[in-house]
Amino acid sequence: MTATARAPLAAPTATSPRRLGRLRSTARRAGPPLGVLAAVVGVWYAVTYLALAPRRRFLLPPPHEVVTDGFGDWTTFGQTLRALGTTAKVALVGLVIAAALGMVFAVLMSQAGWIERSFYPWAVALQTIPILAIVPLIGFWLGYGFWSRTVVCVLVALFPIITNTLFGLQSTDPGQHDLFTLRQAGRWARLVHLEFPSALPAVFTGLRISAGLSVIGAIVGDFFFRQGQQGLGSLIDDYTQRLQSAPLFAAIMVSALFGLALFWLFGLAARLAIGAWHTPRRRS
Amino acid sequence: MVPAAPGIALAFDDVGKTFPDGTEALRGVSLSVADGEFVTVVGPSGSGKSTLLRIASGLTKPSSGTVRAGSDASGYVFQDPTLLPWRTVEANVGLFAQLDRVPKKRRRELVAAAISRTGLEGFERHRPAALSGGMRMRVSLARALTVAPSLFLFDEPFGALDEITRQRLGEQVQHLHGRERFAGLFVTHSVVEAVWLGTRVVVLSARPGRVVAQVDVPFSYPRPADLRFDAAFGDLARTVSAALAESFT
Repeated sequence: MTATARAPLAAPTATSPRRLGRLRSTARRAGPPLGVLAAVVGVWYAVTYLALAPRRRFLLPPPHEVVTDGFGDWTTFGQTLRALGTTAKVALVGLVIAAALGMVFAVLMSQAGWIERSFYPWAVALQTIPILAIVPLIGFWLGYGFWSRTVVCVLVALFPIITNTLFGLQSTDPGQHDLFTLRQAGRWARLVHLEFPSALPAVFTGLRISAGLSVIGAIVGDFFFRQGQQGLGSLIDDYTQRLQSAPLFAAIMVSALFGLALFWLFGLAARLAIGAWHTPRRRS
Repeated sequence: MVPAAPGIALAFDDVGKTFPDGTEALRGVSLSVADGEFVTVVGPSGSGKSTLLRIASGLTKPSSGTVRAGSDASGYVFQDPTLLPWRTVEANVGLFAQLDRVPKKRRRELVAAAISRTGLEGFERHRPAALSGGMRMRVSLARALTVAPSLFLFDEPFGALDEITRQRLGEQVQHLHGRERFAGLFVTHSVVEAVWLGTRVVVLSARPGRVVAQVDVPFSYPRPADLRFDAAFGDLARTVSAALAESFT
């Protein structure tokens, strides 16, 4: 039997210019935030080991301890994940309600000046009311469970959707409006075929901002309304009371990652929905 | 808008326009465009050329005077192509038919015909961002064609384009005019373009715009691009240019 030498099908190590370009582009995008992360971890270690006495290190446990105790211990991490599930449900339901309400109000305000003049000051007032001040009232009215948390979430996430959608609807190009005037288009045709599609980039900007805020709202809601399944907010509060700093840091990181994931998800949705015709301007 | 007399596509009778901020754009403009006639309007910047077209289309109301139109079916091509960036070429071309609630099957036929007449075949699925300036203007032209206009209003449509593209689009407009026999009112700031495209050139004065001269152009359609180097063409262009220069004084 003789061994036959086979020619390699393709040189696996050869990197095509296109692939190289993609790698470079990924490195350019991911490099700066990863650099900041590395610097933060470095400073974190320095503070833990150089600035804090050993008996005070519970204030800032080293990163590896957060990983082993917060993420590596399945009992603790399982509890965090269950709390994340509850918070995620509140945040997503709150966000959907805020998006629907915000868009409806923005559309109504864009259609008539008197509606805008009547409602916009109240939308601004809603934004300026400290949420903690009305939390007891929400508890009185709706109890201390899921719907109260959701209402807090809606109140926190509503304003950016209203303002961004309204801005988008009112920023339609006057020349494009002229086209519709030439054909004597009605209000509905104008809204559906011109104003709303034209406002979509701004709508998605509002949704991305509100996605992050909905997570904050859900966690704030958890702190105050503790009936039913435990959310991340009350879990964070429990860890704080018990001075369990490693799981506390892990829970905070999970909250932040959830907020980031929602932000990224809406970025992806925007790219899928409007990426074919709308490219945001970037610095070269 | 008041109906025009038979044989007249558009007539301005002593039309004036003063904007709310006090700017007087037009004063006592009287001008008519007969069916099938292609009138070009030249004038310096700010002479109210675009205002004149906006009044003709009904987008702007005149402050004084009367405008009469032969039919409601007018096509308008703006300075900017004003395409909807989220729509494909065929969806942009079909916009007017969609707004007019033309049934889908008929709309598809109208769009296909307009795309074919403007040489946009193969680009139906493209979005405006993927097209050149000249192509975008052709989409705008195709969109206006779907309403089968008996009067076409052009507001310096080629102003932002390069010389070769302007020339090609000018030839296309002539070709379409020869085929469809619509009346045209074409605003431009180029004397050469005005003489090359128009059967009559109307010269507007500086603000407030008044008609200071009307020059008939006798050359038959379609006009070759090299007509512009003909001596007779040069004489006419000089006449229009002189009227334009006089309008400043």
